[in-house]
Amino acid sequence: MKATPLNQIHRQLDARMVDFGGWDMPVQYSGVIAEHQAVRSAAGLFDVSHMGEIEVSGPQAFDFLQYAMTNDVSTLVDGQVQYTAMCYETGGVVDDLTLYRFAADRYLLCVNASNSDKDFSWLQGLQKGSDFIDLILVNRSPEYAQLALQGPVATKILSKLTTVNLAEIKFYHFAEGDVAGIQTIISRTGYTGEDGFELYCPATEGVKLWQELMSVGLPFGLKPIGLGARDTLRLEKGYALYGHEITAEIMPLEARLAWITKLKKRNFVGQAAIIKAKQAGLLRKQIALTLTTSGVPRAGYPVFCQGEKVGHVTSGTLSPSLKKGIALAIVPATIADSDQPLYIGIRNHRILAERTVLPFVQ
Amino acid sequence: MDFPEELKYTEEHEWILVEDDIATVGITDFAQDQLGDVVFVELPEVGDNVEAGETFGVVESVKAVSDVYAPVSGEVIEINEDLLDEPETINNSPYDAGWMVKIKLSAPELLEGLMDVSSYQEFVEKD
Repeated sequence: MKATPLNQIHRQLDARMVDFGGWDMPVQYSGVIAEHQAVRSAAGLFDVSHMGEIEVSGPQAFDFLQYAMTNDVSTLVDGQVQYTAMCYETGGVVDDLTLYRFAADRYLLCVNASNSDKDFSWLQGLQKGSDFIDLILVNRSPEYAQLALQGPVATKILSKLTTVNLAEIKFYHFAEGDVAGIQTIISRTGYTGEDGFELYCPATEGVKLWQELMSVGLPFGLKPIGLGARDTLRLEKGYALYGHEITAEIMPLEARLAWITKLKKRNFVGQAAIIKAKQAGLLRKQIALTLTTSGVPRAGYPVFCQGEKVGHVTSGTLSPSLKKGIALAIVPATIADSDQPLYIGIRNHRILAERTVLPFVQ
Repeated sequence: MDFPEELKYTEEHEWILVEDDIATVGITDFAQDQLGDVVFVELPEVGDNVEAGETFGVVESVKAVSDVYAPVSGEVIEINEDLLDEPETINNSPYDAGWMVKIKLSAPELLEGLMDVSSYQEFVEKD
């Protein structure tokens, strides 16, 4: 199993470790609910070093990314981050990712851990036999440790360790600078819906960055956060997770990702299939559901309408903030747009679920 | 971790307290710790008959669903309804306020297959 540079830290903290897509990762430290609440009310620190980083550089980097990505790279300036996706020719999703523009000819992609090798091969495949010759692709994943510092007091904590003016880093922007004497990419992004940062530093400095952040963060209520709370936090905000809301079989438009799929852009991989599907009328649609009685919806549970199974839950949990079962599900578009009552099948029960506007938690 | 002397235990991490022909059943401290924050509990109904080795309830944490197996056969004569509103009681008090059901034993001889505290402790350490 693969381990991040912080593996020993997690073990010292007595975290419960799990195999997460081949990575030995902490699922919880003190408990999912306490960790979730720490991020909503104070701050949490996540080891997300399992995420992959791919550098794309060279004179043709921009044109190549414009071709590979669904979002419009031309809107980015240096120091800006963009949420985007890569699709197959079929319109299904290869991965969702964040794209960092360092310069017009240098970009960094932050991709899902379990897709990292697949994504790199995919990009190499797009380059191979194409006109994109002046382009360098480097898989830098092993070189980086990545920590996410998230929560309403994240800025206060980080400002103790850096002279970089954090107020100047707007949402979905980044700066490079010193944090605790470590050269770091400070990105105002995250997966929790709270203010906060994703910090990229050399793998060898990951432990030190963690320890420095924990020690200045302690008086602010900073806690280490595992993958369990990472999932409940993102789901309360309705953020997609690859392998659940988006897969090789689900198009971005079916997963509420039209906002990152710029169909008017000149030619990107998967565009033709997506436009065709849109013109024919999308068959499926993601919906957000809240259970009306107690129960915990989970990925794979069936969704029923008028006694028939019409779809399934892609992600579900008990929302620690709402204390209710919440779920994202994929169902036929006609049913998504109707007001027919929907039920989630949990073991031998069918529980009435109300359509909800995202995010589940403001 | 706490394993009271007076209880019997199963390999599925339930505990049983037998008083006359009534068995009180819950999940052990080890089981609640492994599960993490319990957020949902499903119990049988009073009057249901349960068979030893069959599932009679479900305990769910944020991350996991865990069946609870009947360690003995008999009729459910009482359920802990407080757990339906406050499932976290199982984390806070697995052996007292977190009890799940009371079963009137139909076959007291089946108690033979259960572990005492020292065997259970050994079993947990091996697990």
